[in-house]
Amino acid sequence: MLPENLKKELQDRIAAVDHPRELVVDVLFALQAHYGFVTDEAVEEAAGLLGMTPMEVDEVATFYTFVYRRPVGKYVIHVCDSVICWLEGGRSLQEYLSQKLSIAPGETTADGLFTLLPVCCIGYCDRAPAMLINKKVYGPLTPETIDQLLDELREAH
Amino acid sequence: MTAQVLFKNRHPDRIATLAEYRHSGGYEALAKVLADSSRQQVQQVLTDAVLLGRGGAAFPAGVKLSTVAADAPYPRYVVCNADEMEPGTFKDRVLIHADPHQLLEGICLAGFAVDAHEGIIFIRPEYEGAARILEREIALAEKEGLLGQNILGSGFDFDIIVHRSGGRYICGEVTAQLNAIMGRRPNPQQPPPYPTEKGLWDRPTVLQNVETLCCMPHIVRNGADWFKGLARTESGAGTKIFGISGRVRRPGCFELPMGVRLSEIIENHAGGMAEGSRFKACLPGGASTGFLPAEHYDIPMDFESLKQAGNRLGTGAIMVFDHRTCLVGVTLNLMEFFARESCGWCTPCREGLPVIRELLREIEEGRGKPEYVGVLKEMGRHLWNAYCAFAPGAAAPLESLLAHFADEVQEHIERKACPFG
Repeated sequence: MLPENLKKELQDRIAAVDHPRELVVDVLFALQAHYGFVTDEAVEEAAGLLGMTPMEVDEVATFYTFVYRRPVGKYVIHVCDSVICWLEGGRSLQEYLSQKLSIAPGETTADGLFTLLPVCCIGYCDRAPAMLINKKVYGPLTPETIDQLLDELREAH
Repeated sequence: MTAQVLFKNRHPDRIATLAEYRHSGGYEALAKVLADSSRQQVQQVLTDAVLLGRGGAAFPAGVKLSTVAADAPYPRYVVCNADEMEPGTFKDRVLIHADPHQLLEGICLAGFAVDAHEGIIFIRPEYEGAARILEREIALAEKEGLLGQNILGSGFDFDIIVHRSGGRYICGEVTAQLNAIMGRRPNPQQPPPYPTEKGLWDRPTVLQNVETLCCMPHIVRNGADWFKGLARTESGAGTKIFGISGRVRRPGCFELPMGVRLSEIIENHAGGMAEGSRFKACLPGGASTGFLPAEHYDIPMDFESLKQAGNRLGTGAIMVFDHRTCLVGVTLNLMEFFARESCGWCTPCREGLPVIRELLREIEEGRGKPEYVGVLKEMGRHLWNAYCAFAPGAAAPLESLLAHFADEVQEHIERKACPFG
């Protein structure tokens, strides 16, 4: 169940626009922030708020890289695997991340902290090899900077 | 130092403020057209300036604005495409971070030119920082009467909102982007009707790239001849933001005259080739342009010259590869990208790209057979039957690999291994 204040906030935003469904991604992001990922319940709730069918919402939810229909960790690592990062050694860094976290791409660590998702070009080719952690960019990366980053995030937790 | 127009207020470590932008002549163009110009005059100066779309398609921006009929229904919309998701492309991010009001003024001018009252900036989730900058600066512009109701006392209203994408490459395609904004699954839609006739919510909608919109205030303020004079070549107009990456010493974004030579960009601006690297080829304008071999190392970088070389300037995102780079490997990586990002709507793209990817993987990993080359050529031709421009874009690197680097492909097959290790 959505808490009343979040529900009210979303209803107000929806009431302020001409076409509620233009907010579908924003609503999904808000529900994702609340539940941790877009649950089946969240799809139903988004549909109810936006006047869409659950199927219409899920058509959108399953399409996008940054909308998660499955549980993810507290920190989602989007590691770029496109051409410039690949050229600058991105693949071995991805393998390094996998090994450090003991997870394969697409998986979440047992402590629920990290999810590793290889993604297409993140638009930081001038800082290759690069990755995003919860949408914040890091690069150019080395095994040392990755070690340091993961340690900091673990400590912050 | 060449003339800096779009990067005039660029600082290495911070965003230009509204005050700085205004001090450099910012919002003068908007004030001028609101005071004494017609929408047709704005369209005309952009057409005369030969401002070609900087998002890759090179469509004349003024002409696009003029396709919104004078008696077209309301509301009308301007969409700013800040979705740049093509591998190698990062210029729009740099532009927004350098001088955000230049973009806001450009969107507002485009709005005036088609009598629209709402602008929508569609932005990829990876650029959340840029999205926040834009929202903050929109509020500041509203406070100074430069956006919102009754702009500068003229009676013209124009609002800009930031629309966050959920993140998918196909959203950069015009009709897919409009579907995305309308909360639909972003599959492309074939015209007619064209978006300028029936776009968002079936209303006239003009979509322009960030860099294209950023050029508009300068053209309106300084005139079409001035803009054309910025180019190095007769066939070019204006400056261009070149984003250069790969095997160069100093990757980054540089504003240079349209028509500047590729060799000059690499040697004088990007610090030359990386240590021990020799130029072998580049993709001159993003992942959906073809490999440009070394014989074109001195090519003038404008739309026309690249076209004559059988290539495209695209977005001006130059990805440089050296003599140690395996171009089969590069193409395989690009096909992995295109296959994953295909929206899946039409067969040639959804089915064709994975086949191409797997054949290239076989070749790259030493299991390729001579007949694969013919199959790849045929599959490349099938991509042109796709519903939108995504798959023909993917065909560009593949076809140019087979045309210009057939020996390298052959060597993989004969040696049963990648010659680059």
